[in-house]
This record gives sequence, C-alpha cells and structure tokens, in this order.
Amino acid sequence: MSVKHDHDDHSHMTETEARVRALETLLSAKGYIDSAAVDRIIQTYETKIGPQNGAHVVAKSWCDPEFAAWLRRDATAAIHSLGYISRQGEHMEAVFNSDDVHHLTVCTLCSCYPWSVLGLPPTWYKSPPFRSRAVIDPRGVLREFGLDLPTTTKVEVHDSTAEIRYLVIPQRPAGTEGFSEDQLVQLVTRDTMIGTAVALLPEGVA
Amino acid sequence: MNSGADLGGMAGLGPIAPEQNEPLFHAPWEARALGIVVALGTCGQWNIDMSRFAREDMHPADYMRTPYYSIWIKAAIRLMIERGMITEHEIATGQPVTPHSPMKRKLVAADVDKVLAAGGPVDRAEEGHPLFAVGDRIITINNHPAGHTRMARYARDKLGVITKIHGFHVYPDSNAAGLGEDPKWLYQVTFASRTLWGNQGNDIDTVSLDLWEPYLGAAI
Repeated sequence: MSVKHDHDDHSHMTETEARVRALETLLSAKGYIDSAAVDRIIQTYETKIGPQNGAHVVAKSWCDPEFAAWLRRDATAAIHSLGYISRQGEHMEAVFNSDDVHHLTVCTLCSCYPWSVLGLPPTWYKSPPFRSRAVIDPRGVLREFGLDLPTTTKVEVHDSTAEIRYLVIPQRPAGTEGFSEDQLVQLVTRDTMIGTAVALLPEGVA
Repeated sequence: MNSGADLGGMAGLGPIAPEQNEPLFHAPWEARALGIVVALGTCGQWNIDMSRFAREDMHPADYMRTPYYSIWIKAAIRLMIERGMITEHEIATGQPVTPHSPMKRKLVAADVDKVLAAGGPVDRAEEGHPLFAVGDRIITINNHPAGHTRMARYARDKLGVITKIHGFHVYPDSNAAGLGEDPKWLYQVTFASRTLWGNQGNDIDTVSLDLWEPYLGAAI
C-alpha cells in the first residue's frame, strides 16, 4: 500500500471531510447545486461507468474484425455504438498494441483520461510521479508496473494534451481461441487499457 | 503558463507506487468533491479550459503536494469567488450572506444521466483547410505565455511529424481567457524520443501530443 494512514494524514482527512461537507451545504443553500444530483453523479461512476465498459470494447474488437476495423478508423463512432457515450469520451482514439508496438497513455498537463470507457482515473494516473516520467522514461515506468519490454518493441506514448482520449487495445492473449466475448472481458484490466499492463493469461479467468 | 502542472520530464518526484486494489474513493469527501465539481461544471459559469487554468495556476509546490480532488475543490472555489457566486467569508463561516448569483443552468438529479451522456464535445464546424497534411514535418513554437496553453513545455521548439488530423477543435488558449472558442485545426504530432530527450532518449520510441495549428510552424 502506498498510502500511509498515520495520525497527521487522518486529521487532515477529517478536516478535509468537514470542509467539503460545509462547502456542499453552502452551495446547496445558495441554490448552486442539488445534493441529489451529486449523489446521482457518484452512483453513475460507482455502478455504470467504469473499466468494464472499456473491457467490452476490447473483447469485442478481439472477436469481431469488422468492429476492430471500425475502431481503428473511427473509435468515437465505434465506441458510441456500444452505448458508451459520456463526458471525457466525446472524442476517442483507439491504439492497438502488437508484437512491434506498445502504447502508453498519459496526461502530463492534468489528468485527462477516457472516463466513458475506463471510469475515474486511479490516483497514480493523476499524480506527479507518473505524469512526469511517462514521457521521458516510459520503459522505466512500465518496469515499475512489472512490464519489461524488449528493446525491439517500440513504445508509443500518447500525451493527452487536447480533448482526444486514448484507449489502448491490448493484444489478445495466446490460448484464448474459442473464448466467448464474456470470457475475454475478464482478461482485460483497466491498466491494460492505459498501457501499463498486458492482458491476463487465460489461467486468470475465474 | 509554465505551471506546476506542466510536469512532463520533471525529475525527483518519487516512485509511482500504484495502490493495489485502490478503492474508487478513499473517503466520502472525495466522492462528494467529484460530484460537486462535475455538477458545477455543467452550470455554464465557466468552461473546461477556465477550470484547467484555475487548477494549474496554484503555487507549484502546493500543486504537487495537493491530492487531486482537493485541487479540484480549491479551483472550483476560486472560480466561484471570481464570479461573485460565493465569498471567502461565506466559505469560512459556512453561512450564506450574499444573494444567489444567477447561473445559466442548475443541474438537477433528473437531468444527470442526460447531461453526463451529452458531455461537452469540442469539435466545431470546419472553416478553411488545415495548413498541414499527414507526414508533414513541423516545428513547435517556443512560446511561454502567462495564460493557459496546452503546448507542453517539454515539446516546445521541437521537430515533429503530423501523424493525424483530428479535426477543428475549440482552442483552449483563447477559451480559457474568455476570448471565445476560436476553433483551430487540431493535429496529432509525433516526436522521436531522441528529439525530445537527447542523450536520455532512444532511437525507437516516440511521444505524440495533440496540438492546435497555432502551436506549429513548417519545418524545412
């Protein structure tokens, strides 16, 4: 665990908790926000919008060559066709890993992330260590995630400096011939679609 | 601006240390912060580029040490104070004093699904033709504006190649300053690792950035 919950952090969190609660109360009283709307937004990202959406896109691209071709040509339309249409997914690019090329996504300037297909970004994705190093030392970053790529594999880093959101399509693992789309979905983790991991081997299927 | 948020290539920030099985929210306040900031963002009182500027304009030392949802909350407070929606005194006391400031919209629960689904597309009706074509060699501008820009510092004054024309998109440098959307052609530009990082680069890897036409000049 990288997050340490010592006493100071705990006090700080409690103070932040109180400050954010007070802010919400103030903004509701002034008529700027509706707490029920805030609840609904949270629920949406807890239950409806998350990496399961992206995993569906990937698994479908593995099973359906026409869909994969559409994804390469017009990722926005292909992804929207599955119903994954929402904020921070308005303009999509799908980038496909192969034996020769590995893709990695970052936002060095803020925390741009394809919310519509991956949900909310993990803390490390938004934090300075990843954002600073992904562009200057992508291979070192990948090693930190346990991925040691051969020097012959080209690493293409995509820095999301505009409103285009990148979805990495990992390679389909060997030994998954005959797997159903639902079985394949289980091999696709969030990190494989950011580019800091490769798809799980079939043994990982529950 | 050359802000604390413009982190590409910076050293000394420690290991990434991804948290295993990280929860979606570490504490209830993070969830509330997400909901509050997303809800306020739909009210039409500012645009996404203004909110990015409010976040990156923090003192760099604070920016790098502040949890991301706290950065969001601090920036939202700043944007609301700047617009006279709330005051420092109200934040300190929690008691509303000044009158409600009219907003273009208020997000209600019944509209959340529709508003999230609509998102905020930034492509606009195309005007004219892109100056560059796929395969063209360009050089990025060497510009250090005090205001908002998405031309990351590490890729300024560098040779790159146009690898895709994304379309005609709202120009953040203008939009963040309240000067209108002023849409421009947006390109994917790919840079060789060696071009960006010299001795620390290598001869195989690349980095692509999505850059608007005013950031680019023709390279011979």
